Amino acid sequence: MDIPYTVEVRRDTGLTNGKIGIWLFLASEVMLFGALFASYILIRTGSPSWPRGDTILNVPLATFNTIVLISSSVTMVMAWASLMRRRFGTYRLYMGATILLGFVFLVVKYFEYSAKFEHHLFPSTNNFLAIYFTLTGLHMLHVIGGMAVNAYFWGPGAKQYQTNPQWFINRVEHSGLFWHFVDLVWIFLFPTLYLL
Amino acid sequence: MSQPGAVAAPKPHVAHGEHHEELGFLRKYVFSTDHKVIGIQYAITALLFLLCGFSLMMLMRWQLAYPGAALPLLGSLLGEARMPGGTMLPDFYNELGAMHGTIMVFLGVVPLAVGGFGNFVVPLQIGAPDMAFPRLNMASYWFLFLGGVTMLASFFLPGGAAQSGWTSYVPLAILAPGQTWWLVGMVFLITSSLLGAINFITTIIQLRAKGLTFMRFPFFVWAQLVTAFLLLLAFPPLEAAAVMQLMDRLAGTSFFLPTGLVVSGQVSGAAGGGNPLLWQHLFWFLAHPEVYVLILPGMGIVAEIIANNTRKPLWGYRSMVYALCFLGFMSFIVWAHHMFMTGMGTTMAAFFQTTTMIISIPSVVILTALIISLWGGSMRFNTPMLFALGFLPMFGIGGLTGLPLAFNIADIPLHDTYYVIGHFHYVVAPGTIFALFAGIYYWYPKATGRKMNETLGKIHFFGSLICMNVVFMPMFIVGLAGVSRRLFDGGASYNFAAPVLHWNVVSSWGAWTLAVFQIPFIFNFFWSIWKGEKTEANPWQATTIEWAAPSPPPHGNFVSAPEAHRGPYEYSVPGAAKDFTPQFEA
Repeated sequence: MDIPYTVEVRRDTGLTNGKIGIWLFLASEVMLFGALFASYILIRTGSPSWPRGDTILNVPLATFNTIVLISSSVTMVMAWASLMRRRFGTYRLYMGATILLGFVFLVVKYFEYSAKFEHHLFPSTNNFLAIYFTLTGLHMLHVIGGMAVNAYFWGPGAKQYQTNPQWFINRVEHSGLFWHFVDLVWIFLFPTLYLL
Repeated sequence: MSQPGAVAAPKPHVAHGEHHEELGFLRKYVFSTDHKVIGIQYAITALLFLLCGFSLMMLMRWQLAYPGAALPLLGSLLGEARMPGGTMLPDFYNELGAMHGTIMVFLGVVPLAVGGFGNFVVPLQIGAPDMAFPRLNMASYWFLFLGGVTMLASFFLPGGAAQSGWTSYVPLAILAPGQTWWLVGMVFLITSSLLGAINFITTIIQLRAKGLTFMRFPFFVWAQLVTAFLLLLAFPPLEAAAVMQLMDRLAGTSFFLPTGLVVSGQVSGAAGGGNPLLWQHLFWFLAHPEVYVLILPGMGIVAEIIANNTRKPLWGYRSMVYALCFLGFMSFIVWAHHMFMTGMGTTMAAFFQTTTMIISIPSVVILTALIISLWGGSMRFNTPMLFALGFLPMFGIGGLTGLPLAFNIADIPLHDTYYVIGHFHYVVAPGTIFALFAGIYYWYPKATGRKMNETLGKIHFFGSLICMNVVFMPMFIVGLAGVSRRLFDGGASYNFAAPVLHWNVVSSWGAWTLAVFQIPFIFNFFWSIWKGEKTEANPWQATTIEWAAPSPPPHGNFVSAPEAHRGPYEYSVPGAAKDFTPQFEA
């Protein structure tokens, strides 16, 4: 038995199952990060003093990371667009670049974290660092999750392109939607934590 | 399954292979991706957890009825650390209380109502071959299973189970032992619910049979759709809160710890600056929609059974659907009525008491429509119908006793007393759980091909109905006398409580007798699998699409793809040959 509308769209909704699924998942993610941002606002407005982000955190490194993530979003789109034009080789190249850029982000984040730890700045030090580590940590988990899925579609999962190309293209698109979301979260995190 | 109108897509070879291959035992019954098997797995797991949560409560009721007395026989088995000499220690009482709430809500009622009935019935009712994401469905069940194991295991780990109530209020929860595993378990349960919610919404929107427009949905499908949206949007904030509480416990952060917190005479070493109320806000932002997650599927089941057994269409189906959607929306903006005692300003309190008043309107619309549906029907009083009829006044009592709690002023004396316990247990226990029992008796023939025994069912119903009221009615009296809900001795240490203490004994005996009346159900449930009366595909002469499938439905559900030709409840149509005109018959 096959589930209908995994590959072709349902006519009256104009969507595949996976497309609805990923958007619903992103809606729940918005609520997850929304709750954390709301907590940030509540804790910050309730505290007598709050450090400006750039006095503690490394703004140039974060700016670099922002550029890295935005570029990875671009390569993600290019990967999907190459598949749409049935250029599998180009797809592999762009998808590889997306994963690599995600990796660069993580490495930079690693140096940022270890610099904080060296200066004895821990989540327990104060609530600014607590929310910084929680938000960026959770975001990092999302980056790692997105990279794992992308790596699967770059490597073993890509076999599906031979048997059922349309399904594979859909799945890459959904993975891309998640990746853009992760990027978007960072675009909110960067000014909130580093600049304000 | 071929879909009319859709061009057959090239299918991967793997899928063809799976089609014919006979699956092994493990893949068929344990790690199954079939929505019916997963639904039954959910249901049985949830029923076991309901029994487990109920057992914890029966232990607590001993301590409440006879504070400090040694529990005969069982007491000595629970160990010196929990009940030395059979007398319960306060810490153990707190563990029982916290875990009773957690297990009943997150591992009992929700998995049964959403995981069990949702999984088994929804795809059948919309004429789908399975859920939209079968493997995700399997994952949701196993996340629930992991969460359940974590919760149960926490009793035996160092520090014991959580002791801070199912609400896990801070700072207590951050300082109390046992809470870490509760949080880990909750993360599993939340993940399970989220994946399930995504699956339900997608399935309902995408896999509807041809002709099944939204206004032709059975009410149960609507209830599951709204419930899934509540789970999808309300659970993530609790996940965020659980992460923050874990950080507070493990990484030493102070999200919920205020500056200058004094613990046992010592100023806490935490950095401070956090806000204990933040936890309450995040918790109730989930937990109020969660109340509707508990009740809406129940309402859906009752609506199905009432239409079927009055042999009449539901009265005001459209108004019920609109009320349901409005209810779902409103449930996101009433949460702080759980927090009137926190000293919020009058403006805030006025806002939340107003929204709370407003949300009672759609609930009343649905309940009223169900009651009017009974009018003029020629009712069949079978077991499912009895439970559905029992639901109406019980939920009514639960709902009406909630009104005083919605008002800021009236809530202050009642808050955290047994009155509140009585109120929400009327909603959930003789309310939702009765609806769930009704659903089990009603859909059992679909799942097994046999009916459950009617006589045992009636003993189960009347016994439970009486006992439920004996358990919960006295709580209103005790609560109005001002006895707090969280006292380890049930109020024995307070003079003012003395005139009402004997009601604790009544409640307790009610609870233990209630357990006795579940025995016919448990026996019936297993006995009927092999010995129940055999039935055909549509034993209740119902109109909705699940009855078009054979009983039990095979893998893939339907012999040929069903189509919906009319609304869901065309009973007693004038001029029709029989008193029901199924949706699936042309």
